[in-house]
Amino acid sequence: MARSISKKSKIINTLVAGFIGFLMFFPILWIVVLSFKTEENAIRAPLEILFSSGWTMESFQTVQARSDYLKHFSNSVIISLGSTALALIVAVPAAWSMAFVPSRHTKNVLMWMLSTKMLPPVGVLVPIYLLFRDFDLLDTRFGLTIVLMLINLPIIIWMLYTYFKEIPGEILEAARMDGASLREEIIYVLTPMAIPGIASTVLLNIILAWNEAFWTINLTAAKAAPLTAFITSYSSPEGLFYAKLSAASIMAIAPILIMGWFSQKQLVRGLTFGAVK
Amino acid sequence: MATKASRSSARLMISPAVILLLGWMLVPLCMTVYFSFLYYNLLQPGTTSFAGWDNYYWFITDPSFTDAIKNTLFLVAGVLFITTIGGLGAALLLDKPMFGQGLIRIMVIAPFFVMPTVSALVWKNMFMNPVNGIFGQIVTGFGFPPIDFFGQYPLASITFIVSWMWLPFATLILLTALQSLDQDQLEAAEMDGASWLNRFWYIMLPHLARAITVVILIQTIFLLSVFAEILVTTNGGPGTATTNLTYLIYVSSLLQFDVGMGSAGGVIAIILANIVAIFLMRMIGKNLDA
Amino acid sequence: MGRIQLKDVQKTFGNVEVIPPLNLEIEDGEFVVFVGPSGCGKSTLLRLIAGLEDTTSGNIEIDDIDATDLPPAKRSLAMVFQSYALYPHMSVRKNIAFPMKMAKIDLETQNTKVEAAAKSLNLTDYLDRKPGQLSGGQRQRVAIGRAIVREPAAFLFDEPLSNLDAALRVGMRLEIMDLHKKLETTMIYVTHDQVEAMTMADKIVVLQDGRIEQVGSPLELYHTPKNKFVAGFIGSPKMNLIEGIEAKKLNASTIGIRPEHIKMSKTEGLWKGTVGVAEHLGSDTFIHIHNTGLLEMMTVRISGDVQVKHGEAIYLTPEKNKIHCFDAVGDRIL
Repeated sequence: MARSISKKSKIINTLVAGFIGFLMFFPILWIVVLSFKTEENAIRAPLEILFSSGWTMESFQTVQARSDYLKHFSNSVIISLGSTALALIVAVPAAWSMAFVPSRHTKNVLMWMLSTKMLPPVGVLVPIYLLFRDFDLLDTRFGLTIVLMLINLPIIIWMLYTYFKEIPGEILEAARMDGASLREEIIYVLTPMAIPGIASTVLLNIILAWNEAFWTINLTAAKAAPLTAFITSYSSPEGLFYAKLSAASIMAIAPILIMGWFSQKQLVRGLTFGAVK
Repeated sequence: MATKASRSSARLMISPAVILLLGWMLVPLCMTVYFSFLYYNLLQPGTTSFAGWDNYYWFITDPSFTDAIKNTLFLVAGVLFITTIGGLGAALLLDKPMFGQGLIRIMVIAPFFVMPTVSALVWKNMFMNPVNGIFGQIVTGFGFPPIDFFGQYPLASITFIVSWMWLPFATLILLTALQSLDQDQLEAAEMDGASWLNRFWYIMLPHLARAITVVILIQTIFLLSVFAEILVTTNGGPGTATTNLTYLIYVSSLLQFDVGMGSAGGVIAIILANIVAIFLMRMIGKNLDA
Repeated sequence: MGRIQLKDVQKTFGNVEVIPPLNLEIEDGEFVVFVGPSGCGKSTLLRLIAGLEDTTSGNIEIDDIDATDLPPAKRSLAMVFQSYALYPHMSVRKNIAFPMKMAKIDLETQNTKVEAAAKSLNLTDYLDRKPGQLSGGQRQRVAIGRAIVREPAAFLFDEPLSNLDAALRVGMRLEIMDLHKKLETTMIYVTHDQVEAMTMADKIVVLQDGRIEQVGSPLELYHTPKNKFVAGFIGSPKMNLIEGIEAKKLNASTIGIRPEHIKMSKTEGLWKGTVGVAEHLGSDTFIHIHNTGLLEMMTVRISGDVQVKHGEAIYLTPEKNKIHCFDAVGDRIL
């Protein structure tokens, strides 16, 4: 608007929006607070928790001392990174060909790929479980990585496709005119221009894989369980556990919160399948 | 742009993805359909036999099925209602000029990035627990009896938690769509004498209609599959009070090991999801042409 | 070096024949302009020559070698795109050097040539900047520099000046013409702007619907257009094309007379009309005459200092030997 916005209305907006934001963010804030308390203090009245109880690192230490916590953390890391990497290997060529050498089938193929993401996982729970059992893939990181790759593949292909389409075709033609072979075209021109898009896609998919809570719970037991499944052990605990749950939760979600900060735009692009610009 | 040379290499490059996804879809899908017509229980090996439509019949006529459908409907509709209206409000708010917009946006978006198991447990214990949770403590502090959220209103509690997680998604989408609205249109309307309400109703809302539809469709598809939140808070109970269709199938398949029945349920879930997916695909298809 | 022949070159997209079989010869060192309205196939033709599209049938020979199946890289051609198509992640230096890098030329030679090209294009101060930091005109020069270092048999220009503002366009036009004089390499230039075509070309190829309507020097096309289409396309403002009785008087279906070949008088003349809108360019004035009974609106050029009033009655006389005659099909009657 051409008129200057009054400072007063800006302040009001900030207060109202800030309040809403605070409310939304509060649970996360609260478990940060609780993670630094002892179990006894963690169940007191909120004001007491904030102002009249000590701060301690003991919950973090207890959780970390459980040797399985680090193992589950590394499981999460491995399957998130692994499934994303595997998916990239398959997705980059596919997205390349659909973006730069489209045929009249391209649109249909793309839509079909997206539709596989809309399959409710519970619909194939039984066969996947049985297949995994028969092939000794249950409770293996490898098996989980494969599944996560497959369920996120459509999104990765889709996002890469949209990023590739944004690269002006003329620049690739210029490379061809400049004497570049297909390989040289991809290495020297396409990839450098696509790196930001690829990075965004990787970021979003690490987040999606890290937070996936259906297959990671149903296909794992003690060995390969990532953090999503591990946290379920706190659903029926013995004794006081708020501080430990908080500490464990903070450690589980912190990496993703940070990555999420950078991924807002990618989220819209990746999860609305282009239906919203 | 395409020449003969690139076309054949293109086909080669797309085939791994197509083959993998084809396999991923067809193989388990066919197996599910196949199993749904069998009497097949993992606890009773060797008694597998053809069941015809029995599994479907028993699955649908079981009272827990009706409960599951009702619960699924409640959960999906509830979350959609809260997130669409809340998301719209938040988007309209965040679109306004303010200080520290970046920070506030992050705070509003953050819940979406918290893994579902953590969200559910944190809400159930630290907030909704009538004795030790914040809500209970505050209310008791004022002398009122605390509400046992999960005891008295388990499904509503889960709906609330899931709404908290998905509100950021709706907000982000609607905010993005809102920001693509031409400022000129709004200014022209203002000059034509339209109040804020008029501008909202006649200009903003129609522009957002498409985005709202997308939000609803995509969320519906994912909300039909809510699972982890139920698992860690109530295990579907008490009774079947918080069992949705997904959880019901899970119980059948992995707890009762009734492969036949679970598969029949799975087929039903797939059909339901497909109905929504068809509408969504149409919207996506329209955009791909653009 | 730089002789290009198109033999029965045809291009179909799906079911649509965009370019029916076409023949064209381009001599070494010529500055050829492909011109025509939107959709006439001029860019497609250029891309066929470049190798960015495959011909559906026919042959393309470059320096008497059949290049029809050769990929663009091997045709020894360089192209300047309408959008410049610079590599955004590379500096100007690397952009210009890229073709040499692909040709595996040693670094020292690369550097020498880049410096030379930059000097001749006034880019020396910008060598280490990225394209995003340059103005439109500078980017255009980088694109040209990149083409020059390839030392191609021919340069291909695809509407290179369309994205520049008017003043810049005139300047760049002259620079390209200078370049042509200096390098003496064949240049094929595509534009929809007939002014560019007229001022720059040795030879103009006028295209419509994929067909060559006429090939010739600018003045040839201006003074002896082969058909109505060329007559109406070349020359701005357009030639006045008149049908009816006046044309029949000269045994033609249509006659044409250019605005500058009509004499205007306030007292007497062959045709009568009323003055409509007048476009004052300073040096000339173009007036639009209505109610002649011959044409909806006739355009006449008069000297800039003559005064006419809107609505005034006016008399027009065409110069007899400057009248073009066209038959029923639209072809020129000799």
